[in-house]
Amino acid sequence: MIFIRLWMFFAGVLAVLFLGWVGLVGAPGVQLAALPAQTGLRPYTYQQEHGRQIYIREGCVYCHTQQTRPPGFGGDQGRRWGRPSVPGDYVFDQPHLLGTSRTGPDLLNIGARQPSAEWHYAHLFNPRAVVPQSIMPRFPWLFELKAAADPGEPVVDAPAEFRPGGGVITPTREGVDLVEYLRGMDRTYPVKP
Amino acid sequence: MTSITKELETVEFRERLDAESAIPVLVFLASGVLWLLVGSALGIIASIKLHAPDWLATIPQLTFGRVRPAHLDVVAYGWASLAGVGCLIWLTSRLCKTPIRQRGALIASAALWNLGVLYGTGAVLFGYSQGVEWLEYPLPAAAIIAVAFLLFAWSILSTFHARQAEHLYVSLWYVIASVVWFPILFVVANLPIYSGVEHAAVNWWYGHNALAIWFTPIGLALAYYMIPKVIGRPIYSYYLSLLGFWSFALFYNWNGIHHLVGGPVPTWLQTISIIASVLMVIPVMAVAVNHHMTTIGHFKLLRTSPTLRFTVFGAMCYTAVSFQGSAEALRNTQEVVHFTHYTVGHAHLGVYAFLSMILFGSMYYIIPRVTAWDWPRPGAIRLHFWLAALGISLYFLALTIGGWLQGMAMNNPAEPFVNVVAGTRGWLILRSIGGSMMGLGHLVFAFLFFEMLWRAGPRRGASPWEDAK
Repeated sequence: MIFIRLWMFFAGVLAVLFLGWVGLVGAPGVQLAALPAQTGLRPYTYQQEHGRQIYIREGCVYCHTQQTRPPGFGGDQGRRWGRPSVPGDYVFDQPHLLGTSRTGPDLLNIGARQPSAEWHYAHLFNPRAVVPQSIMPRFPWLFELKAAADPGEPVVDAPAEFRPGGGVITPTREGVDLVEYLRGMDRTYPVKP
Repeated sequence: MTSITKELETVEFRERLDAESAIPVLVFLASGVLWLLVGSALGIIASIKLHAPDWLATIPQLTFGRVRPAHLDVVAYGWASLAGVGCLIWLTSRLCKTPIRQRGALIASAALWNLGVLYGTGAVLFGYSQGVEWLEYPLPAAAIIAVAFLLFAWSILSTFHARQAEHLYVSLWYVIASVVWFPILFVVANLPIYSGVEHAAVNWWYGHNALAIWFTPIGLALAYYMIPKVIGRPIYSYYLSLLGFWSFALFYNWNGIHHLVGGPVPTWLQTISIIASVLMVIPVMAVAVNHHMTTIGHFKLLRTSPTLRFTVFGAMCYTAVSFQGSAEALRNTQEVVHFTHYTVGHAHLGVYAFLSMILFGSMYYIIPRVTAWDWPRPGAIRLHFWLAALGISLYFLALTIGGWLQGMAMNNPAEPFVNVVAGTRGWLILRSIGGSMMGLGHLVFAFLFFEMLWRAGPRRGASPWEDAK
């Protein structure tokens, strides 16, 4: 026999799963719920939230983290990627996008580091036009080729090979909102103790 | 000994059990093999894109960020789960010494499960992912898979309830525990109620537990059965397997947050998971000693039995990946490897070199018994083994070395980030070569498998190189 009685086996099996849940999900859930949002953090605008959905759809999370490590743990502080992030930086994030891979750099503060929308459009359209050694995918479906830009519409600085027959390349609504989300990524406000 | 007990020990009785479980077993295994081919193709596409980013670059459904999670979901919920279920159905009937129950429910389960994986993977590729690693499938797809799992669990528990075996062999503990654990885990993790850092904790409680309480029990249950069975001697120590099971159940559950070391989660939580990861040494040692002491003196059988060759390879990799995991969870190691390709190498050492190899080995044993037919082409089986074994070895070494160097470079702020990216290129090309070898091995295996289904091989018993009975 596995145990003295079979019901003890089932009770033990359920108990270990429950204990693990209490330790890793239940208890931290109670602790985290008591932590307030950081005062410098603003909820996402409608446009940014839409951009965030594009970020999720294209799977950016599989190559970019959104968490900055503390001093003495890795190179984040030396790279000036921002102060160590805290739970209060994420209260508006559903789903969370902390990420597990840095095939590309951390993006928690990409808006503070790279505020230029023009740079983001050129980079998303063809990363290798901006960073020759980049291995990031291109996202041509977030852009369209038109004869001429509408008034006030951003135009992507793209070489002529991407514009057969002339015309201009402009971001779609999805491209504009994704860049608005990225430019809004800024957790550089001072953190409450 | 009564005559009933004696009847349960005869070859004829086992053949009757195998014949009764044949249809559900083959339906699940065939589904698993098809998903293995799909998953391999997705994995190879994702891998090549990391060193040839302009390849297939204008097709949104094939962008890296969609193909990579689609690969994980297909091999986890398609290949490993469906092939695993097929093997567990057969194993449960054998160990309970009674025909498998609820066969209709099992067929419904297979149909729903395939539907769920097809729907979920299509959703990821077409842009409807939930955006959470391991939990990408939209809720309806996850719900379909949950129902499919419950139907499977119902069949397993009904069979267990009707068991005629007096002794409950260790493999059965793992099977019964996992069919109770996994549906609870899967439903709780899919609830759409989490946000922020708590969501990250739930994510990795699930992500690691999917391995701990579903995939690893499949592999261990099969290894515990196949190794003694093929060698023809009992498992080395019953008490060691008892210690192994309960320490496994107790510690593995607490490992998940080692995926968030150095992140914005409470430090005590990270520490608990690191400690639990190190404590995994106990169950792993227990299993390793038990398997090794059973095999010792019979290593020459690895040359003649494909089942034993694949299974022992997998069991050794279980020891390796577990010790690596314990060392990898430590803060000093995490500082270097956390966000690198090293972690991907570790994941494949687990799900491929351990679990998939044991699934292959078990299928080489089970399929002749449920079809009453023998494998054709022993040469092709050897080719499958060497493509898989050398492929995963190259894959693992490339990402382990390349990932470590990537982490060291990343932690040096004087190194421009683009140089860190460029430095991984050669290693990623080697990974694509290793992955393609594994993919070729899968084509060989799938060809053999479907040849078996239309009976290209010799009738069972007529072949001179047959496994132990």
